Amino acid sequence: MNMTASPDPCLLRFYEEQHSLEDYQGEVPRWCTGCGDNAILTVMQRLCRDHNLRPEKTVFVSGIGCSSRLPHYMGTYGFHGIHGRALPVAEGIKMARPDLDVFVITGDGDCCSIGTAHWIHAVRYNMNLTVVLHDNHVYGLTKKQASPTSPRGLKSNTTPRGAYLDALNPLTVTLGIQNVSFVAQAVDWIPEALYEILNAAFLHKGLSFVRVIQRCSEYLPKLFDPWLHDPGRITLVTHARGLAVSDGLAKVYKNRLEHDPADIDRAREIASVEDPIPVGILYRNPEVPCYEDLRLSGGLRTAAMVRAGLEAEFDRFTVWPDEAKNLPERGGDLSDANGSDT
Amino acid sequence: MNDVTALEPESANSGPAPRRAKPVVELAESIVEIVSDSGEGAQRCGQSLGSVAAKSGNGVWTVEIIPAEIQPPARSVAGASGNRVRIGSRPITNGGDEADLVVAFNEQVLLGRVRAGELKAGCIVLLESMWREDRDDKIAASYAATCDQLVKAGYRVHEIPMDRECRRLVADPHRGKNMFALGMLCNIYSLDRTVAQEQIAITFRKKDRKIVESNTKLFDAGWQWAEDNLDFRFAIPAVRSQVPQLVINGNTALALGVLASGMEICAMYPITPATSVSHYLSEVFERVGGVIHQAEDEIAACTFAIGASYAGKCAVTVTSGPGYSLKQEAIGLAVMAEIPLVVINVQRGGPSTGQPTKAEQGDLLAAIYGSHGDAPKVVMAPSSIEDCFYSVITARKIAELFNTVVVILSDANLATGQQPFVRPEFRDDWLAPPVDQSAVPEGAKPYDWDAVTGLSRRFVPGQPGGMHTLTGLAHDRRSHVAYDPLLNEEGLRRRSQKLAALQKTLKLPEPFGGDSGDLLVIGWGSTKGAIEEAVGRLRAEGLKVSSLHLQFLQPTASGLKEVMARFGRVMTVESNWSDDPDDELIDADNRRYSALATMLRARYLVDVDCWTEVRGRPIKPGILADILRARLKP
Repeated sequence: MNMTASPDPCLLRFYEEQHSLEDYQGEVPRWCTGCGDNAILTVMQRLCRDHNLRPEKTVFVSGIGCSSRLPHYMGTYGFHGIHGRALPVAEGIKMARPDLDVFVITGDGDCCSIGTAHWIHAVRYNMNLTVVLHDNHVYGLTKKQASPTSPRGLKSNTTPRGAYLDALNPLTVTLGIQNVSFVAQAVDWIPEALYEILNAAFLHKGLSFVRVIQRCSEYLPKLFDPWLHDPGRITLVTHARGLAVSDGLAKVYKNRLEHDPADIDRAREIASVEDPIPVGILYRNPEVPCYEDLRLSGGLRTAAMVRAGLEAEFDRFTVWPDEAKNLPERGGDLSDANGSDT
Repeated sequence: MNDVTALEPESANSGPAPRRAKPVVELAESIVEIVSDSGEGAQRCGQSLGSVAAKSGNGVWTVEIIPAEIQPPARSVAGASGNRVRIGSRPITNGGDEADLVVAFNEQVLLGRVRAGELKAGCIVLLESMWREDRDDKIAASYAATCDQLVKAGYRVHEIPMDRECRRLVADPHRGKNMFALGMLCNIYSLDRTVAQEQIAITFRKKDRKIVESNTKLFDAGWQWAEDNLDFRFAIPAVRSQVPQLVINGNTALALGVLASGMEICAMYPITPATSVSHYLSEVFERVGGVIHQAEDEIAACTFAIGASYAGKCAVTVTSGPGYSLKQEAIGLAVMAEIPLVVINVQRGGPSTGQPTKAEQGDLLAAIYGSHGDAPKVVMAPSSIEDCFYSVITARKIAELFNTVVVILSDANLATGQQPFVRPEFRDDWLAPPVDQSAVPEGAKPYDWDAVTGLSRRFVPGQPGGMHTLTGLAHDRRSHVAYDPLLNEEGLRRRSQKLAALQKTLKLPEPFGGDSGDLLVIGWGSTKGAIEEAVGRLRAEGLKVSSLHLQFLQPTASGLKEVMARFGRVMTVESNWSDDPDDELIDADNRRYSALATMLRARYLVDVDCWTEVRGRPIKPGILADILRARLKP
């Protein structure tokens, strides 16, 4: 065997670990033409490539709905679970495997309706997850029912005379939860800002919550037209520590707001404005501790450790035979073995 | 609150016995109950008595007497809180029949036990006498009237000034009376005083040294009071075990099983009577690198565990009936996507909120058939405290080997019952292997089902080349959503085949009693001790009855039908609902059988009868023996 002809294993490894966009592509997307999910998928794949994420160490977790099909279209690991439960699944993955990069893909029905409890608590846990809320203001997969973010008056199959209630604002809700650490908003039709915002979300340590306002070309094709056609109805929220705006973007979107994402009160004010739509990073606090860091010692768990721990517990509850009476840890207490303390 | 009830007059044995030299009466066993208002320490007294007896080498089984509320009104019939301790010369497997001796801190909680039929005729009653002089005339009158009636009914009532005696030592006898009672009981049952004093030191080891001292004084006072004032004393001969034994309750055993199984993550939501598993794990799990996650709800607990399992670390979620119902959809996901998962259901009375603190075996069919669609999963039921420990280890292994859900059905009876068993010897193979991070061979598929066993190798994140998106939708071998009708059917077939593959490895337990006869009693779960005791008594009478206790309910081991065929009649005994065939509207067309009977009838086409009791308490061997005796009549 000619040794000189074989490549250096380290170089080979380095070469192999350079990933291209194709490495992040899974099945061919089956979303409708013009669906905003496509834009988010494209940005996600670019993001993975630009960070050269190892596909085998990356997991996209989703619930149920149009947007939740996204993991199938990635070339990474994916978990397409049950309606509303993407967040606790992702938390379990992250707790078991903090070495994995975990993304959560959820929709306005999935996150803000059936999975609301998990949304609130996921923000509070602040695990290191990148959560993308695909908010198209309607249920698509079940064919046009009003969602919690549907604007009042929206006609749908369950609200033929118009939605009765004001829409829930996912941003203000998230900004009201203890331990919130990253909140941003993007729209599917400004890919550059979408990329920059998702990139910042990915880099943030903690739960980053990004609401992407997204078009449903099938059921609400014209809902966002006024905003799409009038850049003045978008407010770019910019800051040195927030969204940076390129010259190209600046030319089109002249309505800009300088906002320090450390300021939560101002973030809440900006978040509560629905028209013009604020786009940018509203809040960021890298100091909030992550639940997995609070819970995991990070130490290696060995069989010896489990054995020692178990034997120590056995000792507490052991009744020794007479000849073993002089063993150090004599325990055995039924009141200990019992949860109640009355 | 001061309820005086007319009691059936029993034997005419009334009035105190004359004072004489105390003979020590040797007993084979005795059932003791200690009852008080909540918070007066009767439970601790009972637990300590059980510990002392176990350490002395006696067989012990304890049953908690728990009111549904944390602080029920004082002196109420429904508020009895305490413990039943059955002490024997030989190993004890259940709570037994009616109590032989009861210590009560007031007459109302005692009435609760009388009315529940928990006391033997002529039972010795040691009753706190302070109420006789209560400043509230109503209380004093109620006490006096109840006392009279109990005496008339034949109970051997001893009024004991526990409060007054304790007051000599402590300012607040409310805390401490329980140790005085423990002292009396240790004297009465001739238990080793040194062992008891050591026990007090262990019980209060987390407290101030002064508390240990004052409790020891109270114990001594109780011991001496019984010695000087009571005219009876018993001894239950004990044989100290030659091997170390663990004395724990079922929930602690489950928690230790979680530790020993090598699982690292337990996700739960508080629910009675499962929560003490998590209390204990919260205390110790982190020391071995484990995490117990209290989720925001039952669904999150289950899906969190599924996420951890998916990522390579098989996890467990612990719950009880209502929580189990909430987890159903997530359990179906784990079945569908073939993610290992251990679900512990410490059953309680149902449906709905039911009886949170009471034992029932009502969730068997929900466990076997629960979740929509065909969701085959493994269901096993521990039948002793020791079983609780080992079943978790087995469950984790099966879950990972077969990539499926394993449900462990314990119940409130095992949860708080305590019984010594041989201290397990640690084995490395209890633990889960490290997460497989090796590269997946090119072309390998995440659901490459074996045509015979339905098994496939699972790919977990981190394995290069194994990338796929797992889904709860019908899927093909590559985990792609399957729209093809045949592919959907194949998935259902493969998941079902796995149960058959497991079934081929199961061994049917040996029948208790004989291999053939007139009646076979089949049971599962916590009723084993009571069933075998009843069967044993009847066999001693010469009746041809045996029992079989199933550990695996889904799948069931081969050979069951053959065993059933060797008996004239087969019936199950369970703590869940079954229609009474004597009810007016009940006939062969509409009779609803108990859970296991329903399952056995459907599976084996055998006319399996059943007897069930749903009274929120463990089945009593004596009552069961009477039932079986009647069934055996030609």
